[in-house]
Amino acid sequence: MHGFANPARFLRLARWLTPLFLLSGLVLTGSALAWGLFETPADRLMGDTVRILYIHVPSAWLGMAGWTTIAIVSLVELVWRHPLATIAARAAAVPGAVFTAICLATGSIWGRPTWGTWWVWDGRLTSMLVLLFLYFAYIALANAAQRDGQIGSGSRVTAIFGLIGAINVPIINRSVVWWNSLHQPASITMGKSAIDPVFLYPLLAATLGFSLLFGGVVLARMRAILADIQAEARLRRRAMTSEALGEGAVAGSGAYGA
Amino acid sequence: MSEHLAHWPFVIASYAIGIAGTLGMAGWSWWSMKRAEARRDAAKGKRN
Repeated sequence: MHGFANPARFLRLARWLTPLFLLSGLVLTGSALAWGLFETPADRLMGDTVRILYIHVPSAWLGMAGWTTIAIVSLVELVWRHPLATIAARAAAVPGAVFTAICLATGSIWGRPTWGTWWVWDGRLTSMLVLLFLYFAYIALANAAQRDGQIGSGSRVTAIFGLIGAINVPIINRSVVWWNSLHQPASITMGKSAIDPVFLYPLLAATLGFSLLFGGVVLARMRAILADIQAEARLRRRAMTSEALGEGAVAGSGAYGA
Repeated sequence: MSEHLAHWPFVIASYAIGIAGTLGMAGWSWWSMKRAEARRDAAKGKRN
């Protein structure tokens, strides 16, 4: 793992992995959504609204996976000070927030015909909303740290916030067990599924497709952040060199004038 | 589901939000990556 913390080695890998993830993710997600929309039957109880499953469930999974990524790389940053860890955490924050927002919006839309309401303040929905606010706070903190020039040395406050925020992930997962909720309990657990295969296979395909897109977006954002840092460093070095040359010229003219 | 709401408008709204959000984010990430790399190459003095 330490080998991949080298930015040059990371860039060599990311250069071909980024388009690969994005393109394969687009193809797989498009196919899975078309499959779910046009090929699967309506559910006996939920009717056609069951098709929202293929957007809502992958978004929920990626909203939580995004913060889990932030927590893991924050730990790596705090313990090993890997140069890419801060960048990876920052890169995962925006796609994580977008998928959390999509999960909340599609869940609310699904709730109206199924539960008869757009929103209830129960454990699952509220903890997911808290996750969205945590993402906003993380993005604001990371931007402030970058403005202060802490991206290279690593912003410890942002990393600690990333670790503390991870407490919310198991709360989201267990919320339907701990509290009474309109939201159904987990249909897919380790090695078991309560979902009929006719709905399960397109759901798994959509989840894999969205996950590839998530990976592609994280890599693209990491490359963008790295390129910004390299450009800044080069411009700063050039400015310092020309400043030093200017001072040298002034000192030189002084010497000749004496 | 006593109100007998039509289901398809809810399905279409969900897909529109999901697809627009995902495509918008992927496109913006790709574009900002290309722009940042072009800026870095320009700072290096390399022609694109």
